[in-house]
Amino acid sequence: MNTNVYLYILVMASVTYLIRVLPLTLIRKEIKNVYLKSFLYYVPYVTLAAMTFPAVLEATGNTWSAAAGFAAAVVFAYCGASLLKVSAAACICVLLVSFLL
Amino acid sequence: MEKKKAEWLKGMQDGIPICLGYIAVSFTFGIVAKTAGLTWLQAVVMSAANLTSAGQLASLSIISAAAGYLEMAMTQLVINLRYCLMSCALSQKLDPDVPLASRMLMAYGVTDEIFGVSVCRAGKLSPYYNYGLISVAMPGWVLGTLLGVISGNIFPQRVVGALSIGIYGMFIAVIIPPAKKDRVLAGLIGAAMAASWLFTRLPVLREISSGFRIIILTLVLAGAAAVLFPVKEEREE
Repeated sequence: MNTNVYLYILVMASVTYLIRVLPLTLIRKEIKNVYLKSFLYYVPYVTLAAMTFPAVLEATGNTWSAAAGFAAAVVFAYCGASLLKVSAAACICVLLVSFLL
Repeated sequence: MEKKKAEWLKGMQDGIPICLGYIAVSFTFGIVAKTAGLTWLQAVVMSAANLTSAGQLASLSIISAAAGYLEMAMTQLVINLRYCLMSCALSQKLDPDVPLASRMLMAYGVTDEIFGVSVCRAGKLSPYYNYGLISVAMPGWVLGTLLGVISGNIFPQRVVGALSIGIYGMFIAVIIPPAKKDRVLAGLIGAAMAASWLFTRLPVLREISSGFRIIILTLVLAGAAAVLFPVKEEREE
């Protein structure tokens, strides 16, 4: 098996890289179409929101500590804290709750 | 030159939570990879070459089963197709003058997290910011993998759990602030979370893999928002 693991890795890395590189290199101009532009403007918000919830609740192995971390992140982000601070607040909150439980 | 350096440094700074989160997640991947029979070198090469969580985890069962290379390619295509949407969105954040080589380098680092942090930067995106993110986040991904393979469970579950949530904290830090000033975005984020939750609960829909769920929700919800609330020029900047 060991001989072709690297071939597997080569196949998967090639496919994954092509998916990433083609749009970035082929779409070089600014898209003018207002609907397409709006769509791409909204893409990250939907993608990140859908990736966050409900997966975040399973991130720590305990729904309650995860929910507490999630809530802390929302509050800190709402108050305009930096990326690092929001992340740290969520981590610390999870840690604290996990000691209480 | 100074500006490039500043962008790189800013990227490195913002890359720290990604790096820590990656260590926690790839650590788990390393443990599973070892169970699947990979050597430490194979697991590390895989992490460095792919830099993706779901795709790498899925690959392990394919390798264990000694399935065909075409099956491997198709699985990766399906699981990682969301990166295509992300790259499309990123392409619009770049100045048209950004050279091909920079685009090819940036493409290597289009992950959920690096995309999330870079796409919501105000104004045009400098590739150097992404290089900064990648140069801090990628070593975390590789290091976590290595630790997972060679050491098994050295970190207490508490610590791994706490680090794992950091990544979601980052996503929240990216999407919440712009939504404060924009009701459409706030509604869209709420709808996306609610729909995503429903997709994990409802029969039939819950059979859909998380990668596809994200693609479907993005196409439908961002598409609907684009038709209902097309963005005016001035709102972009």
